[in-house]
Amino acid sequence: MTSVRYEAPESVQDAVALLGGANGGGRVLAGGTDLLVQMRSGMVAPALIVDVKKIPELRGIAGNGEGFRIGAAVPGAELSEHAEVASLWPGVVEAVDLIGSTQIQGRASMGGNLCNASPAADSVPALVVAGARVTVAGPNGTREVAVEDIPTKPGRTSLAPGEFVVEFLLPEHPEGTGDAYLRMIPRTEMDIAAVGCGVCLTLDGDGVCTAAKVALGAVAPTVIVVPAAAEALIGSKIDEAALARLDAAAQAACRPIDDKRGTIAFRTRVAGTLARRAALLAAERARAN
Amino acid sequence: MPEGDIKKAYKLIGTRPVRPDGVPKVTGTAKFGSDYTLPGTLAGKVLRSPHAHARIRSIDTSKAEALRGVKAVVTSKDFPEQEFAYVGPERTAVNLWHVTRNVIAREKVLYEGHAVAAVAAASPSIAAKAISLIEVDYEVLPHVIDVDEAMKEDAPLLFEDMITRGVDPAPTRPSNISKYLEFKIGDIDKGFAEADEVLEKEFATAASHQGYIEPHGCLARYDADGQGELWSSSQGHFVVRNLTAKLLGMRLNDLKVNPTEIGGGFGGKTVVYVEPLAMALSKKSGHPVKLVMSRSEVFRATGPTSGAKMKIRIGIKKDGTITAGEATFKYQAGAFPGSPVMNGCLCAFALYAIPNQRTVGYDVVSNRPKTAAYRAPGSPISAFGVESVLDILAKKIGMDPIELRLKNATHIGTPMIGGKMSHEGYSATLEAIQSHPAYKQPLGPNQGRGVASGYWFNGGGESGASLFINADGTAVVSTGSPDIGGSRASMAMMAAEMLGIPYDQVRATVSDTATVAYTHLTAGSRVTFASGLAVIGVCKQVIDELRARAAKLWDVDVEAVDWEEGYAKPSSSNVGQFEPLSLKDLAAKASATGGPIGSANAVNASGQAPGFSTQLCDVEVDPETGRVTVLRHVVAQDAGRAIHRSYVEGQMQGGAVQGLGWALNEEYVYGKEGKMENPGFLDYRMPVCSDLPMIETVVVEVPNPNHPYGVKGVGEVNIVPVLAAVANAVADAVDRRMDSVPISPPKLLAALERQEAEL
Amino acid sequence: MAKHHVTTTINGEEIEFLCETQQTLLDVLRDELELTGSKEGCGSGDCGACSVTVDGRLVCSCLILGVEAEGREIETIEGMAEGDHLHPLQRKFLEHAALQCGYCTPGFLVAAKSLLEKNPDPSETEVRYWLAGNLCRCTGYDKIVHAVLDAAAEMRGQANA
Repeated sequence: MTSVRYEAPESVQDAVALLGGANGGGRVLAGGTDLLVQMRSGMVAPALIVDVKKIPELRGIAGNGEGFRIGAAVPGAELSEHAEVASLWPGVVEAVDLIGSTQIQGRASMGGNLCNASPAADSVPALVVAGARVTVAGPNGTREVAVEDIPTKPGRTSLAPGEFVVEFLLPEHPEGTGDAYLRMIPRTEMDIAAVGCGVCLTLDGDGVCTAAKVALGAVAPTVIVVPAAAEALIGSKIDEAALARLDAAAQAACRPIDDKRGTIAFRTRVAGTLARRAALLAAERARAN
Repeated sequence: MPEGDIKKAYKLIGTRPVRPDGVPKVTGTAKFGSDYTLPGTLAGKVLRSPHAHARIRSIDTSKAEALRGVKAVVTSKDFPEQEFAYVGPERTAVNLWHVTRNVIAREKVLYEGHAVAAVAAASPSIAAKAISLIEVDYEVLPHVIDVDEAMKEDAPLLFEDMITRGVDPAPTRPSNISKYLEFKIGDIDKGFAEADEVLEKEFATAASHQGYIEPHGCLARYDADGQGELWSSSQGHFVVRNLTAKLLGMRLNDLKVNPTEIGGGFGGKTVVYVEPLAMALSKKSGHPVKLVMSRSEVFRATGPTSGAKMKIRIGIKKDGTITAGEATFKYQAGAFPGSPVMNGCLCAFALYAIPNQRTVGYDVVSNRPKTAAYRAPGSPISAFGVESVLDILAKKIGMDPIELRLKNATHIGTPMIGGKMSHEGYSATLEAIQSHPAYKQPLGPNQGRGVASGYWFNGGGESGASLFINADGTAVVSTGSPDIGGSRASMAMMAAEMLGIPYDQVRATVSDTATVAYTHLTAGSRVTFASGLAVIGVCKQVIDELRARAAKLWDVDVEAVDWEEGYAKPSSSNVGQFEPLSLKDLAAKASATGGPIGSANAVNASGQAPGFSTQLCDVEVDPETGRVTVLRHVVAQDAGRAIHRSYVEGQMQGGAVQGLGWALNEEYVYGKEGKMENPGFLDYRMPVCSDLPMIETVVVEVPNPNHPYGVKGVGEVNIVPVLAAVANAVADAVDRRMDSVPISPPKLLAALERQEAEL
Repeated sequence: MAKHHVTTTINGEEIEFLCETQQTLLDVLRDELELTGSKEGCGSGDCGACSVTVDGRLVCSCLILGVEAEGREIETIEGMAEGDHLHPLQRKFLEHAALQCGYCTPGFLVAAKSLLEKNPDPSETEVRYWLAGNLCRCTGYDKIVHAVLDAAAEMRGQANA
């Protein structure tokens, strides 16, 4: 009846060709946990669905001594089971693990979470502070982009027509580095973040912070990096004064909206709280590394 | 209550056998409303209003009808007009003029999601396409969502001719206030004059949905001879039959409704939505039609309970004596009249011996889905206000909150609005919490403890039952009550206890509308009581028949035969020396002694006892985010006597957790356009497993003398105290009085930023 | 457009079916294969009533296209008991009265089975978080959690928890 074409190519080139030929009517299917819901509600009505899960590059996790390459369609549950990734970037793995239920974890991927371009996407602040990059394939070949450069506004990405994310590149990190991601939801599970915060920091032998990156989710049209929040930590021993500066800087960076998931005042205030708590957790991990 | 009275030597009552319908429900073979299909079944789908309020100028269905695979399209024109009349007792009156308009809009759409047209097609995708081809010309009208706004003089009117009922003389101007209610006992001014402390406070509750996991669904077949059959998931297939037949102009004998398994209802499946539409589509197409709602349709178009605003005023003496209670309740009815505000008025002060009371209620329509019953409808709302105020007053006079309630607790004969209290049990629930180890357990920082109580009428009413003895000595008992929470088990237990045979020799079933007497809804906590009485009655009839058969075999007078623990026995040695005859013996000889043994029974049960519950809730508040974690929750409830103990506990736990959801996160969120913004389980936040601790239960048993086993209904009162118990716990934890639910993190964090500590 | 012809394995049996692209695996199970034990509560992955496993991984069948089942191994509630021999979880759900209406029960059982295969000795907290994607509106979860813990204990060969 309503004719939606379905293809499951086995190579990146074939997927590029299919998407390129669909005149913008193609949608990538990885875990489907956003796409199928959007199709059902009538939000999107693609003419072509390209299932990318048969493409080897999108399904693997590989270490290369300089970090990990993680296929964009790897489901969260597989990532959580990968002990080495979890030990290198616990914040990233925890953030991915927060996306939905056990059942959703069986399907949902980082690629989908990023390209759905929700400002509340849990994995994105964690990936951003980890310095993750993605490789993007398209009609003009492949390119490498920082994660934070993919979403441009709610539901929109910088991907050109016919382009899609192939894999994530998670770097190695210096000694004494720790990351963490925390989010605020009213329940304990199953909610979209009202606020999310990722922190990655490096401590030297004396416990002084030498590098930091802080990113906030759900407080602006995209996930935002907050340099002032990072500066509040650098040079400190993550003491109370630094945390207070961090809290204020995080709040100052918020440009949230009032909606069913939270008010402007609530999101702003909680962004500061989460930044403090995530920094403490990241510091604890940094000391152990 | 002396222990001996409670613990009579029953073999089965109070035990925990496996339910008769259990295995199909754990293997996936149990069939619910949407699981039935007949050969040639068509897929039904409903077109719903995108507007909160609009006049329908015209509906053009021609393009949809022309689509290949479309077999029928119906609009309101396919349903006869109904008389405008409120029918039935005031508390639950139904007006079919409204019901038919809620099932399918006529002149106007009154809420986003209001059904406008329905199609039946060869596949779901064709039905979806057909829906998109129906052209509706709307004149969009201003809408009103909030209850206070709807009551304003210049508010947009849902019904341009609605004059408030219950006001004398009747108002001359129409309004959105459907009904005004006022109840009084004593002298309210005198009562407040006698008080040492008077507290007046306003409260608000959000509309919350029953949240059953199974969306409404049915399969309908209409035959050329005018007879129809329905497979419907509902809380009462007789009520579904009567309403569906009425809305389609059918006779009751022409419509047979089969009770499917039902995936939760909590009051929300006591009315019809999809059944009349599916039947009309079947009539028009000549094919069976299956019509199942999506979750979004369930939220947007089926009854939540009222959101409400209220003002509570209570006067108290220094010694804790309550001298006066006054309350005004404004309940959202949704798009059509009929909120449970009268229940709020009647339940508000029912637990307390307050000599001077006045309660006032307003039933207010607005552009929201029509409310439906939800677990003790109306009572949790009024209890939120009253039990919060009592908590504050207890602190003001320095009295323990349970002592305060015990001092004023209702007993048999205590005057109340509408008469006098007729049963004990409330104090026992207070004492159960007072003596529970949880009540004295120390709390940590940011942790708090709240207690609150609740009252609910409970129901009786019409029920049918039948009982047949099989040749092998087993029995089949049947009622007309859909089994939502294990009632087949309770019926089998009562029948086996009566007959004196093992539980596994009784099969309990739910019969369709053609094979058992009219049975009212599985609602109002009435089934174990009223349908239980029907079962007990039919067992007595069958026992009399069994005695007669033994008398015949022994050639003695029937009066000379007793029935004891499954055996016919001579009533005394004077009757003669006869070996007792078991039910199995008599069943085997049935053909020779007069034929099959069995009977049917119908009752209109009265003498139900109300439900009482007192609950304790411990919470911890995160002061930096406003997030509340429930640490411990204890439910004490008077069950009269528990038939199946596990399912009694299950009702208590389930009701408490629904209340926790309502108290903390659940609410209908509307945007400026008057559309529900969270019509899904993602953003309508019902409690998930990881949100909760184990829910502790104390089954209090103060038997109901009007039931042979002492049963009091247990389904509903457990939700009544929860909103206040949580608010009282939060107040204890962080010294902030939350006067509106849900106590969601943004609201509580804002309250925490207030400087002054609050009681 | 022609329907897709899909060959898959369901509860150990090779099955072929036809489906439209937009039909989910849940639609196929229920409407094409008459396996109505998997339930639809939301159609958006928020209630877990449609839980199945695909190649051993717990998922919501409402969030998978039927066509994606090609070549997969799918397990549903209908495959949980062996003949008239109930799985310990099924027995414990009955013994503990861990169901009232029973609509969410198949999803809970499939999810709980998947948990115990991965973690035979879960804590109460682990059970609660694993099952957070399965909504139950009747029980307040208490008796479900007890049933899962008790079944786990029995399956480990221990006395009742």
